[in-house]
Amino acid sequence: MTVLPEVSPRRRRTDKIMRGTLAAGTVLALIPLVLVIYYLIKKGIGAWSGDFFTTDPNGNFLGYPGGIKSAILGTIEIVAFATLISVPLGIGVALYLTEYGKQSKFANLVRYFVDVMTGVPSIVFGLFVYIVLVLGHVGGSGFAGWKGGIALALLMLPIVIRSSEVVLLLVPASLREAALALGAPRWRVITRIVLPTSLTGLVTGVLLSIARGAGETAPLLFTAFGAQVATANLGNQMNALPLQIFSDITSPRNEVVTRAWGAALTLVLMILILNVVARAVARRSRMA
Amino acid sequence: MIPRDTQKTDPAQTQQPVRDKEPVEVSDSPAEEQQDVSTRSQDGVTAAGHNVVLTDLHAYYGSVHAVRGVNITFPPNEVSAIIGPSGCGKSTMVRCINRMHEEIPGARAEGSVTLDDVDLYGDNVDVTSVRRLVGMVFQKPNPFPTMSIFENVAAGLRLTGTKGVNMRERVHRALRAVGLWEEVKNRLNEPGIGLSGGQQQRLCIARTVAVEPEVILMDEPCSALDPVATLKVEELIDELKERYTIVIVTHNMQQAARVSDTTVFMLDGELIEHAPTDQLFTRPKDERTERYVTGKFG
Repeated sequence: MTVLPEVSPRRRRTDKIMRGTLAAGTVLALIPLVLVIYYLIKKGIGAWSGDFFTTDPNGNFLGYPGGIKSAILGTIEIVAFATLISVPLGIGVALYLTEYGKQSKFANLVRYFVDVMTGVPSIVFGLFVYIVLVLGHVGGSGFAGWKGGIALALLMLPIVIRSSEVVLLLVPASLREAALALGAPRWRVITRIVLPTSLTGLVTGVLLSIARGAGETAPLLFTAFGAQVATANLGNQMNALPLQIFSDITSPRNEVVTRAWGAALTLVLMILILNVVARAVARRSRMA
Repeated sequence: MIPRDTQKTDPAQTQQPVRDKEPVEVSDSPAEEQQDVSTRSQDGVTAAGHNVVLTDLHAYYGSVHAVRGVNITFPPNEVSAIIGPSGCGKSTMVRCINRMHEEIPGARAEGSVTLDDVDLYGDNVDVTSVRRLVGMVFQKPNPFPTMSIFENVAAGLRLTGTKGVNMRERVHRALRAVGLWEEVKNRLNEPGIGLSGGQQQRLCIARTVAVEPEVILMDEPCSALDPVATLKVEELIDELKERYTIVIVTHNMQQAARVSDTTVFMLDGELIEHAPTDQLFTRPKDERTERYVTGKFG
């Protein structure tokens, strides 16, 4: 008769302790996340009203301080402009690295610089744009929304490149081979096979970079500068949600501090909505 | 061995004296090549197939000399099997025929490969048109995961920018040619990766056939398939040889014996013996071939 040895009490104990430790660590990591969301909702939801989204900050010392319309529009415009620059450029660089440069010296040099760029503090991008574009009054004015967009694009670019490269490398080499062996030119292999196959991953990377860019204050401080009035003209000074939060949270007036919380909640929600929509779109286009 | 190859070359070439001029123009301009492709594939159906000749072919991976001076002729409308132990250069040699070898960084080939006397490595030859004429089926089925069954078969045509063909008709014909039509006709819009392994491999063969190549290379096409699926693919190979020149690399000697008309035995990058299949397996001339086919090494 076969006899299987029982699991020793010591192993049972060790197993329990390790499981417990890992579970506790997970909970610990979740605490700040939950708290952030809790405080955002608790403090921010009170600021929300119809006027909050439809009026600009009015600068009055008494009464209702105005809403965040200009900040919402500014963030959308600046981030959209930054995305327009950084995403095609970033995916292009990633395609160069995976499809053409591969392990060549130049490609590795590019990778190195991209890594360095990832580590550059965001305020440095702001300063760079300030010195190059703002001080020189490039485009006819000093501070301008589009200059803030450029600073954000510089910040987002390495994130897009790195995440896209990782995702493009996940496309099996056998698919590229299959397409090449059918007689496809390389550009068609890229547009018809490589990009569609990695679409979901690319979208995720782009969203990550947008979320990062949308939350940045430092690159906008001395580029878009901030403004009270909403504008559709990227050549003007422009407000943005992080700028609004930054200036409001230090105010002695409770109404203005509440507006900062409301703006923060709005920003988080906007990014959440963007995430949901983009994922749905990516999933649908994959099905089709 | 080599003299026998050249003997074989001669009748095949003399069968097609009319064609001799035509292919010479191929490399001149892409437009003419396009024309040439269409006229040739019509020929392929009615007249004899196409002849692939390797002359003093060497292939390298960096400093590794994988194929060492191979001379060989793959005659039309025949299945030629390449056998040999792992690492003997059989896949490399086959990948030189459609110039996929050079896709690997650091890899290069020397010598000549001709298809009906057209030098596939000529200066003006567009590598994409070579691959359109010389289709390839890989070891692991590799349908495109983002595409439906229909799109997978049409992929070759779309990827090569082929215009002016009836896509539906081509796809349906290709699916019938590989015996997949009855199995998939009601779900052409479902993803290709939803099929079984054997079906996926036949789908990949259909994808290759849909481009209407002249030669089909198969690199161990059944090694990822179960016996039943293998049998189906082997039957398919037998049907396809009526229209195409087929070169199949295989690890499975029974498979070589079942499907091929001639068999090539390779060892350490060199061609050891090339003979009609039954002869190679029953009365091999070379002692090394005999030892390999009887299972004494490899």
